[in-house]
Amino acid sequence: MTEMILREAVTKALREALEDDRVFIMGEDIGAYGGAYAVTRGFLDEFGPERIMDTPISESVIVGAGVGSALAGLRPIVELMTINFSLVAIDQIVNHAAKLRYMSDGQFSVPLVIRTVTGGGGQLAATHSQSFENWYASVPGLKVAVPATPYDALGLFRAAMKDDNPILFAEHSLLYGMRGEVPDEWYEIPFGQADIKRKGNDVTIVAYSRMTHVALQAAAMLEEKGRQAEVIDLRTLRPWDKETVLESVRKTNRVVVVEETWKTGGFSGEIASTIQEEAFDDLDGPVARVGGLDVPAPYNGTLEAAAIPNSERIIKALSDNYGI
Amino acid sequence: MYEKMVGLCQVDQQLYKAQRMGLISFYMTSYGEEATHFGSAAALHEKDMVYAQYREPGVLLWRGFSLDQMVDQCFNNRHDLAHGRQMPVHYGSPEHYFQFISSPLATQMPQAPGYAHGLKQAGSDNCVIVYFGDGAAQEGDAHAAMNFAATLKCPVIFFCRNNGYAISTPVEENYKGDGLAQRALGYGMEGYRVDGNDVLAVYNVTKKARELVVDEGAPVLIEAMTYRLGSHSTSDDQTGYQDMSEVKDWRERYFPRDRLRGYLQSQGLWDQEKEDELVSVTNETIRSAIKRARAEKKPSLEHMFTDVYDVPPLRLRRQKEEVQAMVAKYPEHFPTASHE
Repeated sequence: MTEMILREAVTKALREALEDDRVFIMGEDIGAYGGAYAVTRGFLDEFGPERIMDTPISESVIVGAGVGSALAGLRPIVELMTINFSLVAIDQIVNHAAKLRYMSDGQFSVPLVIRTVTGGGGQLAATHSQSFENWYASVPGLKVAVPATPYDALGLFRAAMKDDNPILFAEHSLLYGMRGEVPDEWYEIPFGQADIKRKGNDVTIVAYSRMTHVALQAAAMLEEKGRQAEVIDLRTLRPWDKETVLESVRKTNRVVVVEETWKTGGFSGEIASTIQEEAFDDLDGPVARVGGLDVPAPYNGTLEAAAIPNSERIIKALSDNYGI
Repeated sequence: MYEKMVGLCQVDQQLYKAQRMGLISFYMTSYGEEATHFGSAAALHEKDMVYAQYREPGVLLWRGFSLDQMVDQCFNNRHDLAHGRQMPVHYGSPEHYFQFISSPLATQMPQAPGYAHGLKQAGSDNCVIVYFGDGAAQEGDAHAAMNFAATLKCPVIFFCRNNGYAISTPVEENYKGDGLAQRALGYGMEGYRVDGNDVLAVYNVTKKARELVVDEGAPVLIEAMTYRLGSHSTSDDQTGYQDMSEVKDWRERYFPRDRLRGYLQSQGLWDQEKEDELVSVTNETIRSAIKRARAEKKPSLEHMFTDVYDVPPLRLRRQKEEVQAMVAKYPEHFPTASHE
């Protein structure tokens, strides 16, 4: 086992990926500068400018050219500096990367990995703090990963590189420094497999990305009140692991879904409605949802903190719905 | 080349009529722009990858796609390569190195430098050509794709069909500068302007552009000046915004098919008798193709669920079962007798 931070896990994953000659990395400031989040530091010297390509500023062409080069037989990893900027490329992601296999009768495939940085909490305000991975998780043809730990990031990325479908790999901006243990032997994590980060019998907390850690904080607080929470980290949103969630709900009968993005239209709705459709008789009360407040992210620290889900709100949601 | 040009003109007429008769839902003609298709396509190598906008079927016909295949695609029958997933004129054919058409404008452009990069990495001596119109040229993607290709040295021929109109928007209301060709200088690449209705001129300029692109590994921009003689598609009516005397003038003086025929006749290679025969045979071919295409079975419902991913996920498999059960239960609402 080796201890490393999440950034190091992604860097390690990229290095491994580059062993395949067909793989190359493309994005803004990823070469000479080493990446806005320092993930590709040193790569330009190590792999050269043909494989570590700094691009002009155009997210739509970064993704579009990624699609084109994937069609030409390469396996590109493109980087969008933040998921906020992915909006400029959303047509290429949703209408092209996701649909080319379908529109071409399976004759063209797009083995493209789009790495991006998601989430807020760093006082970067409205247009730099958003989390759109739930939007992309609605799109047929795409797969979406949202790792919360170094172990998960490395395992999921390895699976992503073997996948011939286009993948959005969303790394949370505040999790790059998160420490965790990573096995020295090879392992992979398949998409659609959630991870029970903490076992418990009294209540299920479903979360993903940074909210997994907020959920674990809430679980610690619940333990002090004599309640054992089971924390499920979804790890991927498309596909998402329904069975693990349902199995837990059948055991605990109480569930709250926590998500950083705006509550309205959030992925928690998808999860909550699936739970009530398929485990209605196992529920002691309505499925609780905790999401971001329906406001553009404020800049002021106090306001921003109030807008993002925290452990207090999780506890309150459980108390309101289940009386615990 | 002339035969194929006539084929395109005639199939445009018949499929436009087919739409008006309610046999297909949509169609787009290429009247007046045939030279841009055949002139450029003839100057390329068969494995040069083509990214088109939607008004370049002549390129596909040049490469060997048949009139029957065009008709099958528009009728979405079981022979349609895209299994009924794409709307009419959204052709594609991997076998002919022609990417599938996607409706949003200029979205094909960012992909061209990427594909070209892949060709370069593979040491190929093929290039990419990406077609776009004067309207699409104003999209942000068009600018960024050209800048990208020039800055990162991708072997792409950017071919703009400047046909004067973007649906109802004339070029005077679309841009203030002097068209597309000189924008090339801004990107640091060569730019050419050509009479887009002179098929031989288009051939020559594309041939030269291709040599440059392949030798230098860098992009080139061609602006082919042409004129859209028909409406944008079956969804609009050009008489509402185009000056029909202007249309008549271009039709009488600059129609590519007439110019090529005139040239062939002047060289003693063509005459009225050959013309009449070609038109008659072509029309018959197309009529039979339409008759056959109409009668063919439609694609199987199953194809709605395949190719979303390489392996269908569980949820999709369940949805397929639900839909199949619903369709079986209500055949009056979901007639599938005509599907495979």
